[in-house]
Amino acid sequence: MTSWGEVFITIYMETREMSCEAKRICKLALGPVLLLMGGAALAAGGESSQLNMPPGATPVSQSVYHLHMIILWICTVIGIGVFGVMLYSIIYHRKSRGVTPATFHESTKVEIAWTVVPFLILISMAVPATSTLLDIYDFEDAELDILVTGYQWKWKYEYLNENGENVTFFSNLRTPQSEIYNAEDKGEHYLLEVDEPLVIPADTKVRFLVTANDVIHSWWVPHLGVKKDAIPGFINEAWTKTSEEGIYRGQCAELCGKDHGFMPIVVNVVSKEEYSGWLGEKQAEAAEVKKLMAQTFTMDELMERGKAVYQRNCAACHGANGEGGVGNAIAGSPVATGDLDHHLDIGINGVPGTAMQAFGGQINDVEMAAVITYQRNAFGNNMGDMVQPIDVFNHKKG
Amino acid sequence: MAEHHHGPAKGLSRWLFTTNHKDIGTMYLWFSFAMFILGGFFAMVVRAELFQPGMQLVEPAFFNQMTTLHGLIMVFGAIMPSFVGLANWLIPMMIGAPDMALPRMNNWSFWILPPTFLLLASTLFMEGGAPNFGWTFYAPLSTTYAPPSVTFFIFSVHVLGLSSIMGSINIIATVMNMRAPGMTYMKMPLFVWTWLITAFLLVAVMPVLAGAVTMMLMDIHFGTSFFSAAGGGDPVLFQHVFWFFGHPEVYIIILPAFGVVSQIIPAFSRKPLFGYDSMVYATASIAFLSFIVWAHHMYTVGMPVAGELFFMYATMLIAVPTGVKVFNWVTTMWRGALSFETPMLFCIGFLVLFTIGGFTGLMLSIAPADFQYHDSYFVVAHFHYVMVAGAVFSMTAAVYFWLPKWCGRMYNEAMGKTHFWISFIGFNLTFFPQHFVGLAGMPRRIPDYALQFADFNMMSSIGAFIYGASQILFLYNVIATIVSGKPVSDPKVWEGAEGLEWTVPTPAPYHTFETPPKIDPEHVHS
Amino acid sequence: MIRFSANPTVDTVTKLVAVAVAMFAFVFVVMVPLYNVLCDALGINGKTSGEAYTAVPAAIDESRLVTVQFVATNNEGMPWDFGPSTTSMKVHPGAVNDTVFHARNPLPRAMVAQAIPSISPARAAEYFHKTECFCFNQQPLDGESSAEMPLQFIVDQELPRDIRTITLSYTIFDVTDMAGGPLAAR
Repeated sequence: MTSWGEVFITIYMETREMSCEAKRICKLALGPVLLLMGGAALAAGGESSQLNMPPGATPVSQSVYHLHMIILWICTVIGIGVFGVMLYSIIYHRKSRGVTPATFHESTKVEIAWTVVPFLILISMAVPATSTLLDIYDFEDAELDILVTGYQWKWKYEYLNENGENVTFFSNLRTPQSEIYNAEDKGEHYLLEVDEPLVIPADTKVRFLVTANDVIHSWWVPHLGVKKDAIPGFINEAWTKTSEEGIYRGQCAELCGKDHGFMPIVVNVVSKEEYSGWLGEKQAEAAEVKKLMAQTFTMDELMERGKAVYQRNCAACHGANGEGGVGNAIAGSPVATGDLDHHLDIGINGVPGTAMQAFGGQINDVEMAAVITYQRNAFGNNMGDMVQPIDVFNHKKG
Repeated sequence: MAEHHHGPAKGLSRWLFTTNHKDIGTMYLWFSFAMFILGGFFAMVVRAELFQPGMQLVEPAFFNQMTTLHGLIMVFGAIMPSFVGLANWLIPMMIGAPDMALPRMNNWSFWILPPTFLLLASTLFMEGGAPNFGWTFYAPLSTTYAPPSVTFFIFSVHVLGLSSIMGSINIIATVMNMRAPGMTYMKMPLFVWTWLITAFLLVAVMPVLAGAVTMMLMDIHFGTSFFSAAGGGDPVLFQHVFWFFGHPEVYIIILPAFGVVSQIIPAFSRKPLFGYDSMVYATASIAFLSFIVWAHHMYTVGMPVAGELFFMYATMLIAVPTGVKVFNWVTTMWRGALSFETPMLFCIGFLVLFTIGGFTGLMLSIAPADFQYHDSYFVVAHFHYVMVAGAVFSMTAAVYFWLPKWCGRMYNEAMGKTHFWISFIGFNLTFFPQHFVGLAGMPRRIPDYALQFADFNMMSSIGAFIYGASQILFLYNVIATIVSGKPVSDPKVWEGAEGLEWTVPTPAPYHTFETPPKIDPEHVHS
Repeated sequence: MIRFSANPTVDTVTKLVAVAVAMFAFVFVVMVPLYNVLCDALGINGKTSGEAYTAVPAAIDESRLVTVQFVATNNEGMPWDFGPSTTSMKVHPGAVNDTVFHARNPLPRAMVAQAIPSISPARAAEYFHKTECFCFNQQPLDGESSAEMPLQFIVDQELPRDIRTITLSYTIFDVTDMAGGPLAAR
């Protein structure tokens, strides 16, 4: 039997006896650890975000960061205590030093202490945790609502506009297959770049309504402190508000199938003026697409547009050169070299029960016309026929 | 029984028809080691692909099959059966019983496993590939969007669940009814205690897992809509059912490990366990708490704030009994006479690394912080600290500790220590950097990553190859011991070993305690 | 304690098998229904009741206006054009409101759809009452034809004052293959 005090007295007495030799052992043991940590810090190039959670750009992400640091430090201190006692035992209470083992066991006092003290520490963690959580669960009205829909494997953003048309677009991975498959050098934002980023105004409360089209995804932008699951059939909400303009990058966090690792999120926070300019442009663009729908394109124009659409939407499954992959090859395929109407139908409505999605609702009629034309006239498919936007529109109408 | 009082039968029929707890334990241990190698091989594929940014070796679709099979095989094929094997070998010997209570069922519960895992592994060669939806198989990715092999996966889960339930019933029946006279509950070795509690957990939650996969089966083939919103179901329901099983499951894996460590640390400290009673109560509290914390795996699904708070507080509470355990082990070492044979080294490794895993677990329990940690590599690092450094290290310690008793030969100590140090360094090199990349924003289960994560991923992969290679040394050491190790005949083997299994001759005869041993009523417990 | 057998092992095994069977049944007869009840009651996932609200509306709370926003999502493989006719409405709690969603089936064949409602913030779900909704039933639509689908709802006067916007989202699923299935049977 021993008491709490006795344990401490022993520690104290034995610490005083700590010999030079033991100090050297300690240094030797600590050396590599410090070296490793120093090396890691160096590897990070001084940028804290590579080793630790980024404090982020919003009050919420910063309070989460502080909470994280508080718990981390508490754990570190407890860890040093526990491992210190253990290390001391390992050094001084070894049989090879000729010690005789003590026989003490069970001490109600000690056992109560090490139950109650951790409990108090937990309470000290629970208090800030609760207040941060309540901050995150805030239902004050937002100034801007954006519907975020997860697709296999891209995101769709829809700006819910009370006055006028909603602005809608898809945001696809922009990193080309050639970088992923190591044919070209990887760019600075490899896998974290999209064709169209989400643009939001600074100093504005933005609410994200998050849902999914197929399987569960999760919309995560570390610097905004937002991670919310996108669940098919259900809607979740999250919000952010930041005064720091900049580009924030994130990724899908929930395994959602083959290209789970290839559906990044890029959020561009801009000034309110810039935002309204951008929104106006987007609306004008939508009007432009409407105008283009009535236009007739030349083969070259269609091929040029079609190539871009193909690389963005088709190449991941059908191969950058139409050689196939998860999807069938386009080069020489019976669809791309067969009946035009059937080809259009597959592009617009997909093939149910396969990975071939219905792109009719994902790309506009100009893009559809271009990509179908491209598929029929590239990769050695020389059909020579063309699809115009009006044909797509008519096909959709039936 | 006809074979009673005889040695083992000869040839293959000995293993096929055996009802001997030692034979069955041996088979479980070898089987789980084979699965450990297979699951480890899949992990090597994963780490090789992640060695550098860009896709080099495998396609993303196959990568997902590798992570899924790695998880399933390690959890259900390697860790769980290994502890069942240990229980088979040790529980009868520790409580003074001649065998398990249900020897025939014992044979069945083992022999249904190998074909099941063969079936699971064979899905790799099926049309559409192996299961690719992660070991947590969230609907609808695992239902509407699953490859055809999902049906075989469901069947496998049913069978291995059945095997686990049969094994647990056997263990409970043995512990409750077969103890030698005088072996009261509070005299049982802690390994027996932790297994008894684990077995109750298994009986309670394996049927829940069976229920979850049955619902999947019905959704896929019989037109129900448990998990599909289209028919009025809810994919989130799947997560609730799964984690209602899944959280107790992680304690099913770790509690027997606690038992092993509680046997080995006192032996090499030459000092009794500090707080036996509090260890038993702590184990029971952890088991109880495991039923009311499941939704901490689902903080981001959009729960009401009251739910988040409840699950956060309940989860944080687990730190208390877990702390009690760690403090107990450390205090047991305090002022002992320590020696550092391989089993002790692995236990100390366990103690340090499991504690780190416990700290990250506490961090993950904090709901608002979890919004950043969830589904990142931080989680991957956390659960490998508890699964590998927790369960696998303690299992390795157990093999080194009891191997001389099992085969009457001593393993090569230098090789064992080398195995420990390579494992320890390899493990930390693999998983410590994963904390960093996770915090910096790398999601889990991705086959390729942004350039800023490249350095740590390369370190991680190198560590994984080192850790993987060190297991070959382990295999070699075990085989060399069995074939040509230095004979030991001392029943006690280790100076500080306590317990009934150390009173029988070394190597342990085929039948032990056919007449129950006398338990010294003065002896408190081992 | 009940004993099932004089043999203690048989007794233990019988009890444990009973526990295992009970836990398997627990998933189906307790967890699933309990989850659905809790979801309806607490609005977990923003689920709303699948049945028409029949209570008599109380007085209209003219002191405040709540914005109700409508959002539509097509689930994968659902080619219909589907959306609200108005994207948002300002309503008084207690008042009965009407709106329509439009749907068009562009395919040449008849299809059946099921719309699944979900409300955000989830806390508002229990205060949002639908007296008439196209989501109560599966909606068949002939090939290449359109339909207007009515929705009538009341926002409860008890709606917490801090909630000023309610988003009602419909996800539309193609249930042609499972038409007449479990939901229709309800």
